[in-house]
Amino acid sequence: MTDAALDQPLPDDGFWRHALRNRSFVIGAVLTLLIATMALVSFFWTPYSVFELAVANRMKGLSAEHWFGTDHFGRDLLSMIMVGARASIAVAVVAVGIGIVLGVPLGCYAAARGGWIDEALMRVNDLVFAFPALLSAVMITAIFGPSATNAIIAIGIFNIPVFARVARAGALSLWPREFILAARAAGKSKGLITVEHILPNIISLLLVQGTIQFALGILAEAGLSYLGLGTQPPMPSWGRMLFDAQTRMMAAPHLALFPGFAIVLTVLGLNLLGDGLRDILDPRLRRVR
Amino acid sequence: MSLLEIENLTLSIGGASILKGVDLSLEAGEVMAVVGESGSGKSMTALTLMQLLPPGSKTGGRVIFDGQDLLKASEADMLRLRGDDIGMVFQEPMTALNPVKTIGEQVAEGIRWHTRVGRAEAEQRAAAMLDRVGLPQSKFPLSRYPHQLSGGQRQRVVIAIACALNPKLLIADEPTTALDVVLQKQILDLLRDLVEEKRMGLLLISHDLAVVAEMADRITIMRHGEVVEAGETSAILQAKAHAYTKQLAEASAHVPSVRVAAAPKTTPSLATDAPRPLLEVQSLSREYPGRRTGIFSREAPFRAVRDVSFSVGHGQSVALVGRSGCGKSTLARVILALDRPTGGSITFDGQRIDILPDAKLRAARRNMQVVFQDPYGSFDPRHRVERLVSEPLHLLENKPDRDERRTLVETALEEVGLAASDMEKYPHEFSGGQRQRLSIARALITKPKLIVADEPVSALDVSIRAQVLDLFADLNARLGVAYVFITHDLTVARAITDDVLVMHDGEIVERGPTGAILDNPQSDAAKALVAAAPDLDRALAARSRTKRAEALRPISG
Repeated sequence: MTDAALDQPLPDDGFWRHALRNRSFVIGAVLTLLIATMALVSFFWTPYSVFELAVANRMKGLSAEHWFGTDHFGRDLLSMIMVGARASIAVAVVAVGIGIVLGVPLGCYAAARGGWIDEALMRVNDLVFAFPALLSAVMITAIFGPSATNAIIAIGIFNIPVFARVARAGALSLWPREFILAARAAGKSKGLITVEHILPNIISLLLVQGTIQFALGILAEAGLSYLGLGTQPPMPSWGRMLFDAQTRMMAAPHLALFPGFAIVLTVLGLNLLGDGLRDILDPRLRRVR
Repeated sequence: MSLLEIENLTLSIGGASILKGVDLSLEAGEVMAVVGESGSGKSMTALTLMQLLPPGSKTGGRVIFDGQDLLKASEADMLRLRGDDIGMVFQEPMTALNPVKTIGEQVAEGIRWHTRVGRAEAEQRAAAMLDRVGLPQSKFPLSRYPHQLSGGQRQRVVIAIACALNPKLLIADEPTTALDVVLQKQILDLLRDLVEEKRMGLLLISHDLAVVAEMADRITIMRHGEVVEAGETSAILQAKAHAYTKQLAEASAHVPSVRVAAAPKTTPSLATDAPRPLLEVQSLSREYPGRRTGIFSREAPFRAVRDVSFSVGHGQSVALVGRSGCGKSTLARVILALDRPTGGSITFDGQRIDILPDAKLRAARRNMQVVFQDPYGSFDPRHRVERLVSEPLHLLENKPDRDERRTLVETALEEVGLAASDMEKYPHEFSGGQRQRLSIARALITKPKLIVADEPVSALDVSIRAQVLDLFADLNARLGVAYVFITHDLTVARAITDDVLVMHDGEIVERGPTGAILDNPQSDAAKALVAAAPDLDRALAARSRTKRAEALRPISG
């Protein structure tokens, strides 16, 4: 029935033509670029220094000098959000990176080998899963000292089983498929098949999981910073700003709103980017939008 | 007034015109077959009746069911009709049932929803219905889950659900396409009995004329969303007035012309004394460990293939026929070294391949390729045809460079009747038949001596099946490729193979030249397969016999 719709030839033009036609990819890319640029610019220039306190100016509302207002130490909120983006994004990106780089190969290996190796790997995985992540992160930073780097490692470790699980589940459902059997009949080794056929087909699962883990990473960094175990003051981070604002919500709601918006926009941007990428990378979905 | 009256039905989905003025009528107690290729709009007609169309659909015309126009019916009215007055049987029994609910619950569900009777009474009626469709309580209690049943048994459950409330109209959309021929016959017999017993109207949708010939009172032949021809079954099938009807009728009993010409070939029998067979399988077994029932206990191992021996000569084509679950696909995998035997030996091209490690199988793999059943599942959807078809080139000792690879792919595509320009496309841009050609092109690219084909045409429409069989026969004649052709359909075996092996319960129960076995089967398994194979001429003969018998019977009541 659908043959008629499929018969129109696909005008074939590289990645970018498809990408620019995909609305969610474009919006997601713009948002992500915006946040990333902001973080980069903060290395050279911010409207005000975030390390100079001006208590006389504390808790000011929005004005021409201070677009987003000031915090309880009189620091410019816009500058803080720009600098805070560094820590939040770095923590989330690196933590998700650790999860993908270690977790995905682990999951794919377990799925390819099967049998007791798979069983053993997944039980170890469950063991890591069973630890309350934040509590263990607290433990790690308590042992190795509180710093942004240790927070990253702590959050990253708990991303490994998540990605291992998703990758394994996706790979397991692909291994009995006939096109994998055909590849095996063509003499390809399991490693090569994983790279050529399994990974491209589970990429959409990983992208979706990646955006979720990214959002969770920002939140985890916020939690750790709140406990004084993540980003160290006076360095701002979005999570720290949110928690600082908590007690002043009634008096100065803007203190919570702006870092909150920043987190929402980043996560939204990455989600849209992920969705868009998934559609562009899947040749079957390309003509739909 | 007819039970169902479809007048000038049109349907378009997202601007694409699917149905272009379909007329059809059905009386109570009548069987109407709707026959056509995939894409002809026959399934969409059924979905229109049920008002289960995808979003973005626009319908026109009239569909009068039992005095009510279904196209104007509200969703609330349809909820009342679906499952109560109109029952539906789907093609795929594996996915039509909910795996986490017992069969009793699933049959009782509809009864409770529509009649508001209590749980106990609904279960009682469900039990009676399951009993009626051949799943007696003594052997199949209500507490069974779908996965504990075979494909044919599951289809019986689906039929029980559809018929539980004595619908006036039953729609069966390719109800037997996913089943082997023996089960197909049983399910069709069951449907016919139910129709007679409950005076239902049955709309039987199929792509194969031979399947419906025996049971349909009238036939509607559809193509491209239009009715090509409609009328009384025997009249239509005898006259074959329309060219398309003729084409469909011929396709279901198709024998490739290459083979007709080469029929009295040397007939290399299985007990060949030729120098050395290409493939020699000796007392091969494959056991699967039983399910774990405790830490140290397991169920008895399952022997999928037991003590099978046969050989295939160069250029010879051998059919492996048997019902689903008889172990023929396991055997194929073991031959292809995708699975290892637990006993016996396989010698291919003078080499024991069952004991070789994967890394040393390259030479054997180069000479032995595979074509799978599912034209949709056998390609990675993310790769282009060039990459997909050239995948086995990985097995060559000196890897061809990009230009050589393109030339090889080009040749392979042309070999199977596709164009060189198809190289740039993705698999979803091809129809089922074309994909099966791609699959054959991939198998051919290393110029193998043997192709193992696992039900390569059973997922295809009859008309396309004929073309693909032609292709197989042609390649055999031109390139001298030997085949191990796995199928449950004897017409297919007859069309392209020299010898046939009949498998039953993991063992080979009968073997010999294809023609001889099919004309004169000895074992019970072979007899059952032969008797169940749909055959247009036989069906017509049977019809005229019953017609005569009816005419002679004194009129009563």
